Amino acid sequence: MPKFKKNSKTSEDIPTAALPDIIFMLLFFFMVTTVMRETDIMVKQKIPRATQLTKIERKSLVSYIYVGEPKNVSLYGSEPKIQINDVFITEEDIIGFVNTEKDKLDEVERDQITMSMKVDVDVKMGIISDVQQELRKANALKILYSTIKRVAEK
Amino acid sequence: MADIAFLLLIFFLVTTTIANDKGILLRLPPPPDPLQEQLDIKIPDRNIFTILANSKDQLLVEGEPFEGSMDDLKNDVKKFILNFGKPTPDGIEIYNSLPPQMKAFVNANGRNPESSDDPTSLKSIVSFKSARGTSYDLYVGILDAMNAAYNEVYASRVGITTEEWLSLDRSNSMQKEMYNRGRSGIPRAISIAEPD
Repeated sequence: MPKFKKNSKTSEDIPTAALPDIIFMLLFFFMVTTVMRETDIMVKQKIPRATQLTKIERKSLVSYIYVGEPKNVSLYGSEPKIQINDVFITEEDIIGFVNTEKDKLDEVERDQITMSMKVDVDVKMGIISDVQQELRKANALKILYSTIKRVAEK
Repeated sequence: MADIAFLLLIFFLVTTTIANDKGILLRLPPPPDPLQEQLDIKIPDRNIFTILANSKDQLLVEGEPFEGSMDDLKNDVKKFILNFGKPTPDGIEIYNSLPPQMKAFVNANGRNPESSDDPTSLKSIVSFKSARGTSYDLYVGILDAMNAAYNEVYASRVGITTEEWLSLDRSNSMQKEMYNRGRSGIPRAISIAEPD
């Protein structure tokens, strides 16, 4: 005979009265933090890691350039491509893109435009360098290599 | 009620992308002006720390194959910046303004006449050249190591950790003053050559 009998009178249910409150709390959290994705990224994006990260102060000044191997290899091939907004472009179109992005900004801020380069780790430097040469011609000189924080390995 | 909330919750869970707008900032040089003549500035080899990467992701640092980690590279760059081999009057002034533990670092690791004169403008330049076939991963890694070396120097000048240095908020006047004090006299002289 067991010495300690289980007190079978205690209810085993988890009180669910507060459940809606908790769910609502989570819901509001995600609603507030959500940023609706405007573009459908069609290239592979495995962002490299680094330690010395700078945070962008003004998000309105940022435009994005995605570079990577297309996800749909059978349609676009496996060579890395440049994607802007929703389309693939070639290097020559970058100047035009920068100018349309600059037109969206105030005149005083046009030189401050920051191009955020979201580049896959498997891409080679050749294409990046071509993009940068075009950005120089377009006078968009601030670039940000988008990276993820690396946790110190010790 | 809870069901509807659940449904919405799941919808937002799926659509959420936590925005990460962080990265390594780089300022490209302005496009070459065809009207302006190329200035030929002679900088002695000892004042340039050269890092070369080939298309097989092998490194050549200061003319020798390099196989260490990015941390080793960062330390080499840091030693190069804080060498004070033949300081100019400006360089001596900077040396005198350093905190004691950095002076000790200079005297233990630096003072090499074959390396940079002092950290002032054009007296120590970190140069990096990659090939077209170098992987982006390595490129970012080296860029990171070079920036880390400078940030460590700046941070220890004002007596904070590198992490604290990176999170300095420049819209706050006190932190901005700290930022300017850390950087004054030691420009972040990173030169990135066009890959060939």
